[in-house]
This record gives sequence, structure tokens and C-alpha cells, in this order.
Amino acid sequence: MGEHSSKKYDEELEAIRSKVLLMGGIVETQFLDAMTCFRIGNLERAERVIREDDTVNQLEVQLDDACSHLIVRRQPTANDLRTVMATIKVITDLERIGDESTKIARVAKSLHARGSAGINHYEMVRGIANATSDMLHDALDAFARSDGQQALQLIAQDAVIDHEFRSIMRNLITFMMEDPRTISAALDTLWVAKAIERIGDHAKNIAEYVIYVVEGRDIRHTRPAPQVQDDAS
Amino acid sequence: MMNTQLNTAATPTMTAKRKTIEISGLNFFYGKTQSLHNVNLDIHEKQVTAFIGPSGCGKSTLLRTLNRMYDLYPGQRAEGTIMYRNTNILEPGQDVNMLRAKVGMVFQKPTPFPMSIYDNIAFGVRLYEDLSKGEMDERVEWALKKAALWTEVKDKLNKSGLSLSGGQQQRLCIARGVAVKPDVLLLDEPTSALDPISTSKVEELISELKQDYTIAIVTHNMQQAARCSDYTAYMYLGELVEFGETDQIFMNPARKETQDYITGRFG
Repeated sequence: MGEHSSKKYDEELEAIRSKVLLMGGIVETQFLDAMTCFRIGNLERAERVIREDDTVNQLEVQLDDACSHLIVRRQPTANDLRTVMATIKVITDLERIGDESTKIARVAKSLHARGSAGINHYEMVRGIANATSDMLHDALDAFARSDGQQALQLIAQDAVIDHEFRSIMRNLITFMMEDPRTISAALDTLWVAKAIERIGDHAKNIAEYVIYVVEGRDIRHTRPAPQVQDDAS
Repeated sequence: MMNTQLNTAATPTMTAKRKTIEISGLNFFYGKTQSLHNVNLDIHEKQVTAFIGPSGCGKSTLLRTLNRMYDLYPGQRAEGTIMYRNTNILEPGQDVNMLRAKVGMVFQKPTPFPMSIYDNIAFGVRLYEDLSKGEMDERVEWALKKAALWTEVKDKLNKSGLSLSGGQQQRLCIARGVAVKPDVLLLDEPTSALDPISTSKVEELISELKQDYTIAIVTHNMQQAARCSDYTAYMYLGELVEFGETDQIFMNPARKETQDYITGRFG
């Protein structure tokens, strides 16, 4: 992409872009920390995730403001306009991912405080957590590099995560029916699985905005997610 | 905002609209210098078509071919065809005066005649029509109302047109253009000398006028093109780089050159 006649305009756009990437980095770490905490009960990390949520919220406010300023001062058009519009939406998704990670951290704290009974809660969500972590990483990467192709590939992955979530839910229901003493831990695990699944949705949204920025195509709600065959009874 | 489905190819609405003017293979020369190169473009009926591009790109030249304004200057000539009402207006033997009555023009700087407001309007009408006093009064009022100027001048129709403010003068010129009931209005940077309030009045007027007229506007103000027009043509170095629906041009232009220009990455 060439430079604007106005260097200041370039600087303003670049400042917004790097702040989004900073926010993305923090959110990604939040999610990884939250999962570590869920796995091994590291309370210090849980506190860090919860603390960072504030930073993420502040960044969202600052970026919203920066985008409004850019619109009013520069009246961006074409790819610049699409970048700004997409940024406003991406940061909303990032903020939500932060919220979901915070939720996971809180659940992890209480789960480890109580001591879980009967089920290996982390094993239950390990697959979906890894897939979501990869997807979030790739979505941010696609945004950073304006890679529409990568973004397109990511969107299909969300269906796999959604499918995985449903299968976790059925497993947990089986546990709860078999042994009511597991209900409390199973529900906690279910909240975490749901939070992870939501993070996958947000990562998918980010991928969709990348395609909007790069190609000018809005592909949201344009086609049903590919159906994955249910394998559990 | 994001759900606008953008299509870089000609959309069905584009082809379905009736065309007022069809330009094909248009070349234009100032003496030996060629300033338009093989321009092909349709101007749609009762729509606003905006021409944008850097200075010297040929947008005003193109506008001036549409009513053969260039005929007034020796050494300027156009080749190709501009079809208007089944006639190629570039052919010799055309009634240029009649053409200019049908294809009116408003210039960058307000150019009221040094006569009363009333006569500014009536002057052009008298050239083409023989109206009674009563009919002429009606026509003047109608034209001034069309140009959103009536309430401001109705009590001083005998005052000189030059006594009006710049914005009012420009709207007077538009009223003058409208008064002869043209088909097409050509606006060559109609607001570049006006303050923001007069500018927005003229822009408002453009959207009113397109109910009845086909409008082509040349503007340096890209936001103005985005606000007022249905179609936008981006020109550079005498060539038509891209032509399309305004939303598409400003949100998702097909050509990189267009994108660079409208995003300010030019030069």
C-alpha cells in the first residue's frame, strides 16, 4: 500500500493499527493464562488475567475514540474506510474475548479453591482450547498481515470448534447423570467450554472483518457454516 | 454500513437505467495537444454523475464537450460520438444553440448578468420561447423556487443580480439554467467559490433537481461527489480510469489508481 500525501494521516492509521495489535497480543496472553490457570490452578495467573481485563477495556475505549477522530478529521474512503470500520468491530470482539478469558480465570479460581471431584476438567476442554488458541492467533496474524486467504481458511475452523463444544456438553451431561457429586465441577467445566467456544466465534468474526478490509466483501451471514457430522450418540 | 454488497461489475440497476447521453470513443484536442483519450461513458437519466480527478485530468474538458462549449474557442475539436436523443451532437450541422438550451451549464464562478434578478432568468427564456408577461412571471418564480432562492429574492426582483451574495449568485445561475427547462444540467465546480452553508444549499438543490433533470457535476471535493452523486467517474491524464456507482467507487473501487486517489495516496 502506498503512502498518503499526508504523512500525518499515515501515522494516525499506523498508530491505530499497532494499538489493535497490542490489544490482540494482550487478549491472546489472557486466554493462554486463563487456560493455564484452569489446567494447574495457578492463582497468580488468574489474578493477572483479571487485572489485564481493565487494560483491554481501556484500549477499547481509546481505540474507539481514535477511530472516531480519524473519521471526523480524514473522512477515510475505500480501503482506509474499511480498515477503520473493521477496526471498530475487531476491538469489540477483542474486548469480549478478554471478558470470556476473565470468566475462565474466575471459574478456574473457584474450581481449584473447592477442589474438583470426579472429572478431569482440563482434559475435557484441551482439544477445543488448543484449536481456539490457534484460531485466535491466526486471526490476529491475518489481521496484522491483511491476509484474506488465511482469514478465509479460519472461518471453516469455527465449525469444528462449535461441534467439539456440543460433544463436550454431551459428555458432561453423561457425567452429571451418572454421579450427581460431579454436577458442580461439570457445570464449571461447561461454562469454560462455552467461553472457549465464544472466543472461537469472536476469532471468526475477526477473520470476517479481515476479508472485508482486503476484498471489500462482507461475508457475514452469507452462508451456513459447513455441517459437521455428529459422531456421539 | 458493512453489509453493502459491493459489486465491481456493472450491476443490473446500472444497465436498467435509461441513458441520456452515451459517449463513445471520445478524443479531444486543444490544437495539437490531445487531452481526452478514447473516453467511453454513459450518463444516466435523472441521476447525478460526478467527475473527479486531479487538475488537468480532462474532467472539465469532458463536461464542455457535452454541450459543445468548446466550439466557442478556435483550435479545439472533439472526435468520436456523443449520442444525445439519437443524434451525435459532435456532427457538423447540429443546432448548437438548441443543444445548449437542452444541456445547460453552470460555471465555477457565479456569472450573473449585469441586470436585474428577474431579467437574469428571463433573458435566456426569451431566446427560446415567446411568453406573455404573466407566463414569464410564472416561469421566473418557478425557476427561482427550483433553485431554492425565491424566498430570499422575491421582494427584490428588480435589484441587480450582482447585489446578491456569492452563494445566492450561484443559485441564481442555476435558476437561469433551469428556467429554459433543459434536459441536462452540467455543473462545473459549482461550489468551489462558496462558503459551507451555500455549498450545502447547492448540494441540497442538486438532489432536488435530479427529480427532473440529468445532472453531471465536476468537483474537486471528493466528499461532495460522495454526497451528491449516484455515479462517479474517476479521470486521470485524459483517460477515464474507472466509472461506477458512487458507493462502490468510494467503498471498494476496482482500480488501484482510483483507490490511491480517493484515499489521498496520490502524487
